[in-house]
Amino acid sequence: MTEYKGVAIFGEAKEGKLAVITTELLGCGRKLCSDLGQELYCLLIGSDVSNLTQEAIAFGADKVYVVSDPLLEDYQTDSYVTVVERIVRQLTPQILIFGHTSIGRDLAPRLAFRLDTAVSTDCVELSIDPNSKLLLQTKPVYGGNAQAIFTIDTYPQMATVRVKVMSPLQRDDSRQGEVVIIEADLDLQTIRTKVLEKVVEEEEGIKLEDAAVVVSGGRGIGSVEGFKQLEELAKLLKGAVGASRPPCDNGWVPSGYQVGLTGKIIAPDLYIAVAISGSSQHMTGCSGAKTIVAINKDPEANIFQEVQFGVVGDWQKVLPAFTSKVKEIIAE
Amino acid sequence: MNMIVCVKQVIDPESPPASFRIDPAKNEATLPASVSPVIDPYSEYAVEAALRIKDARGGKITVISLGKNLLRDVVKKPLSMGADELILLEDEAFTEGDSWSTAYALAMAIKKVADYDLIFCGRQTSDWDAGQVGSGIAEILGLPSVTLAQKIEATDGKVRVERVVDDGYEVVEVSLPTLITVSNELGEPRYPTIKGIMAAKKKEPVIWKPADIEVESSQIGAAGRRTRLLKLFQPVHEGECEIVGGDSPEEAAANLVLKLREAKIL
Ligand SMILES: Cc1cc2nc3c(=O)[nH]c(=O)nc-3n(C[C@H](O)[C@H](O)[C@H](O)COP(=O)(O)OP(=O)(O)OC[C@H]3O[C@@H](n4cnc5c(N)ncnc54)[C@H](O)[C@@H]3O)c2cc1C
Ligand SMILES: Nc1ncnc2c1ncn2[C@@H]1O[C@H](COP(=O)(O)O)[C@@H](O)[C@H]1O
Repeated sequence: MTEYKGVAIFGEAKEGKLAVITTELLGCGRKLCSDLGQELYCLLIGSDVSNLTQEAIAFGADKVYVVSDPLLEDYQTDSYVTVVERIVRQLTPQILIFGHTSIGRDLAPRLAFRLDTAVSTDCVELSIDPNSKLLLQTKPVYGGNAQAIFTIDTYPQMATVRVKVMSPLQRDDSRQGEVVIIEADLDLQTIRTKVLEKVVEEEEGIKLEDAAVVVSGGRGIGSVEGFKQLEELAKLLKGAVGASRPPCDNGWVPSGYQVGLTGKIIAPDLYIAVAISGSSQHMTGCSGAKTIVAINKDPEANIFQEVQFGVVGDWQKVLPAFTSKVKEIIAE
Repeated sequence: MNMIVCVKQVIDPESPPASFRIDPAKNEATLPASVSPVIDPYSEYAVEAALRIKDARGGKITVISLGKNLLRDVVKKPLSMGADELILLEDEAFTEGDSWSTAYALAMAIKKVADYDLIFCGRQTSDWDAGQVGSGIAEILGLPSVTLAQKIEATDGKVRVERVVDDGYEVVEVSLPTLITVSNELGEPRYPTIKGIMAAKKKEPVIWKPADIEVESSQIGAAGRRTRLLKLFQPVHEGECEIVGGDSPEEAAANLVLKLREAKIL
């Protein structure tokens, strides 16, 4: 019988560095490893990832498995599943974790079926059950209305983890680890897709995902012009503008502004929700914020159940006054 | 172009959050009698994607749904939008499954349909938000897959798919047959027409039982599960919202700023 041991995480690179989600996964993996008394592995797969091994070790990996090949430049389901499948069959980790990113959410399910095991997607908490030693996987379900805790009966126990819910360890460049280089050995015939083009839709100014303050508007804002007022406040607070789904659907703002289950998952210090009713699908995208403030004219709006501070009133009256008071205190 | 769309019946995700309840004994979400189930909105985008290809190039759309207590008015919605056939995998043995057993049963049903160029699924479902069944079907059938599509263009023997990624989209080409999961960026699904509704009323769904699709009974429904649901719960929100008041909306706003500054948030 195969012995499954160790925790493996699938690493991703961004702009020549480890992606933030990867450092978060390493932090989470380290904890699971210390509960299990096992080692932490990091898989690094791409066209030019050999230079990231030390960084992975500094953030917590014991062993780094690297596959660097020009054919792996673009993420493609067939090539990545093949490469990861091969490593996992050799390594036989007990737990295998991915980021819930555009790569992870495609790769992990397909790989789980290939390996004849299962995966829980979009987890916000992972821990080891002290009795069974199984991985307890907590994930939001029903659009954020509820959470479910799952275990998996087969190995490796796989999960994808939501961005910004785990904490990375402090980078420690004195940490030691081992690097294992693996050949991609890909058969071109087996890659059935072709990436023709990549289109990056850059937002101006501070990125929504990175902003410390986000001013978000909902259906009640009513127009493109309304969002100009939110922009003014966001600029003042050195933040970014977000939105619920209706403003994106109505074309008042680009679709990249959407916060929520099917939009961006963010965790700013301050989230100001203006004329947003507080649907579960929206709140799941911002509930990681340290403080949430709501402005809504309806005192019964669900959003007041979920936030720390609120003002009941028409935003067209409340927001300008809020903005000018902020200006005042900034000037002081 | 022969197309298959997988569609799930779910609790209406847009019913007010306050009406959402869990039965802790059964670990199950309960449906208030007043709320009718609906087609999973993501599955509806998948139906719309197939209809757009049918509009452009013609073809036949077969819808497959697995579940229990499938209300005919609900599961017939894709027919009233313009799909051609409806197959229901309706049997106690199919239910209480997970992504694995659901994908397996759907894949075996698709095998029985046999004649297909494109299979569509939603990017996830609005109940378990798993996002796996599509990839699972593709893996079981040995097909390529492209997930999170926002636009699909079919040419001869191929499709071009815009796949949503974290910072934009990429254009992927894949040959047929293939499986595609559809994301909400595709754009609103169409409303059924009166003519569509009349036509759907007359059409009877085909019902397949486990024996009809030659599945192993140990692999479907609850028996085929690989995951166990330990607990389903509603997270409690700590603390209450402090409503900041004032004599006028403007004053309330100013008070809020002061409050936030006091709390060192601003
Ligand atoms: C599967 C699925 C996925 C979804 N994904 C997302 C997602 O990722 N993100 C998302 O946001 N939504 C998502 N939704 C949609 C979600 O269910 C809600 O429909 C949406 O969030 C509602 O947006 P809203 O609060 O802006 O609009 P509404 O619910 O219409 O609320 C508008 C609010 O504005 C207030 N208002 C109106 N006028 C004023 C005024 N003058 N001053 C002050 N307040 C005012 C009203 O009192 C009301 O509370 C999803 C839905 C489904 C089914
Ligand atoms: N019971 C079902 N019947 C038909 N299609 C389903 C079923 N469950 C899932 N699907 C399809 O798979 C997609 C993703 O589901 P999931 O992986 O469960 O999130 C859905 O949008 C549907 O297209």
